[in-house]
Amino acid sequence: MSRELIFTRFERFWHWSQALLVFSLLTTGLELHGAYTLLGFGAAFSAHIVLAWVLIGLWAFAIFWHLTTGEWRQYVPTGSGVLRMVAYYGYGIFSGEAKPYTKTPSAKHNPLQRVAYFSFKAAIAPALWISGLLLLFYGSWSGTALNEWLSLGSVAWVHVAAAFGLMVFIIGHLYMALTTGKPWYEFVKSMITGYHDVEQPRSTTHR
Amino acid sequence: MVKSLRHLFVVSLLTALLVAAPAGFAATSGTLAGAGDDDRSVNIDSTADHSQFEALQGPFESGMEVTEACLSCHTEAAQQVHESIHWTWEYTQPETEQKLGKRHALNNFCLGIAGSYERCASCHVGYGWEDKEFDFSAEERVDCLVCHDTTGDYIKFPTAAGHPPYEDTEFRGTLFKAPDLAHVSQNVGKTSRETCGSCHFEGGGGDAVKHGDLDSSLIDPSRSLDVHMASDGLDFSCATCHEFAGHIQKGSRYHVTVADEREVSVPGRESQRPSCESCHGAEPHEPGLHDKLNQHSEIIACQTCHVPEMARGGKATKTLWDWSTAGRLDDDGNPIVEKENGLVTYDGMKGHFEWKEDYPPEYRWFDGNMRYTLIDDTIDPSQTVPVNQPEGEPGDGRSRIWPFKTVDGKSPYDAQRKTLLVPKLFGQDDDHAFWGNYDWDRALAAGMEEARAAGQTEGRYSGEHGFVATRMYWPVAHMVAPAEESLACADCHSSDGRMAGVEGVYVPGDDGHPWTERIGWFAVAATLLGVVGHAGARIVVAAIRRRRQTAEEEGEKA
Repeated sequence: MSRELIFTRFERFWHWSQALLVFSLLTTGLELHGAYTLLGFGAAFSAHIVLAWVLIGLWAFAIFWHLTTGEWRQYVPTGSGVLRMVAYYGYGIFSGEAKPYTKTPSAKHNPLQRVAYFSFKAAIAPALWISGLLLLFYGSWSGTALNEWLSLGSVAWVHVAAAFGLMVFIIGHLYMALTTGKPWYEFVKSMITGYHDVEQPRSTTHR
Repeated sequence: MVKSLRHLFVVSLLTALLVAAPAGFAATSGTLAGAGDDDRSVNIDSTADHSQFEALQGPFESGMEVTEACLSCHTEAAQQVHESIHWTWEYTQPETEQKLGKRHALNNFCLGIAGSYERCASCHVGYGWEDKEFDFSAEERVDCLVCHDTTGDYIKFPTAAGHPPYEDTEFRGTLFKAPDLAHVSQNVGKTSRETCGSCHFEGGGGDAVKHGDLDSSLIDPSRSLDVHMASDGLDFSCATCHEFAGHIQKGSRYHVTVADEREVSVPGRESQRPSCESCHGAEPHEPGLHDKLNQHSEIIACQTCHVPEMARGGKATKTLWDWSTAGRLDDDGNPIVEKENGLVTYDGMKGHFEWKEDYPPEYRWFDGNMRYTLIDDTIDPSQTVPVNQPEGEPGDGRSRIWPFKTVDGKSPYDAQRKTLLVPKLFGQDDDHAFWGNYDWDRALAAGMEEARAAGQTEGRYSGEHGFVATRMYWPVAHMVAPAEESLACADCHSSDGRMAGVEGVYVPGDDGHPWTERIGWFAVAATLLGVVGHAGARIVVAAIRRRRQTAEEEGEKA
């Protein structure tokens, strides 16, 4: 039994602050969309804008960090191994098999995670950002040629559709992260402490 | 020693200044307040005391004699008034090129003026418009007093073609006292909320009836009712915004300034009011985090948020006028009158009414042009006829969403010619006027004959009439609430908000994409179910496995 640092301090800070921001954006966003009333539209709108700018700032740092450290490679889908993960969640997890993957600092995410996170980072998040910024700055392009083929309603559609994608992602992510470890809080703990308990010294079989 | 004396001097001087300064400031502001309160011994509002003018000593037999006296000094005034819509009742809309003004436009209140001049002219800025022969070039027929009275005594008699009562006279239960014309003329002054309001608050036949944003509550309004006109606040009069130059005012409901992109109006420049922007500019809101309020003004008129309700002054406004039921008389031959909560809901002379107070206006895209259905325009009687309607549509680069008071009605129309009709309602000649004999055919024939004679139409009444549903739009711009009482975001940005039904604008919080929403929530629910099912299966399978293991262990033991 030994401990291995998987998630650096920056990654942990990034993960949890992003989690908080995304949840707050989602709740204020749902209020803006008329799903419920809590803060009131004006306050929810202002909060949504502030949160969005903070998240954009955070992402700017995160992108810089990933580029300079090379950690961006962690999110590139591998292609192989996805099926094995799917088979595990579809069958092995019931029959008590061990997870066919071991975290290592150089490969923190299993192939399925890579696909999920990549689609979040490459599709859902950019869709939200780009549509969100267009919504925020509608006043600057409403009178331009852009408005002739892009309406406020269609931009709002992208924003809302991507938000549904985000909700689906969050549900799946929470379920996996909160219940599939051993013990159940294994992954939450390592996301907080940064350390991952390993039974024996690192093996490279699953690299 | 000298040094310390000087020091003492400086200290005392400073102390004196510190003590005296607030007192001095108070004294200064006292003088200013004094000037405002007009407690100077001389009149500072005018360089002329009209009571000293020989020409105004009277006695005057008629309003026209007063006007002649006025013109003896104000030599150009009548000719200026002759150019004004207040006199001509005629206006060619520069964009639609329709000939409007009360001489041409119809409404669904008293329908039209043809033949009923003596009654309608009680709001004409003139004397003696009894029939189509009225001389619009007569200078002495301009009524100076109706606008420039400051005594409150001057009043035009309802049925005297614009004349005041020259002796005390009763009309429908109200005594109209004859004004002392000499006294009134010696006390002329600027127009006021009372003088403008004597017609504009009373339009449509009574206080608050017509506009929904103009009624006598504006004579002494609270800040909450009208942030500009509040008596204890800015105390604007009508003419503060509706500036007059040479007796011609700014502002027209036929041709409304919707998007005023000129500079903020300052003294010395061309007069530009009345638009909100002419004082407040195009970006009046604090930008804050996102500047969204200022961006709204590109498609939303100021009035849309800042006039949150219609008829906010405690007086209900008329929202329906159904002429089709008019004419019910009691056994004595007098028109039946029914009231509910003090408001007339049926009048044998006029038909059925509905009233509303404190209610949201309707919102429409508006480029400032009001298009009228005129007397010769063909209508479709199976549809509601828009007596007038705002033009403009989303994305035309000039329209904004503007609030309107709408009035529904049932108005007489020519069943053969398919046009709106004007009845002769009022007249000394009871044979023809509706309010004399309650015979629609005779009243309509007479009214249309008068309209022909006045050059309003070529057409004649076919002899067959019906009643058609009509609708009228009155652009709203008055009773501007203080910012804190304006509409809040959620008034529009919520399900079925104020913009519901307004085309061409996506309102977050109200509008959505129903199919995306259905699919989206389905996906979320399916994911949740999948997750719960997966977790449940894991628990069950684990329990079975545990039991089997125990059984095996026990078997081994056995």
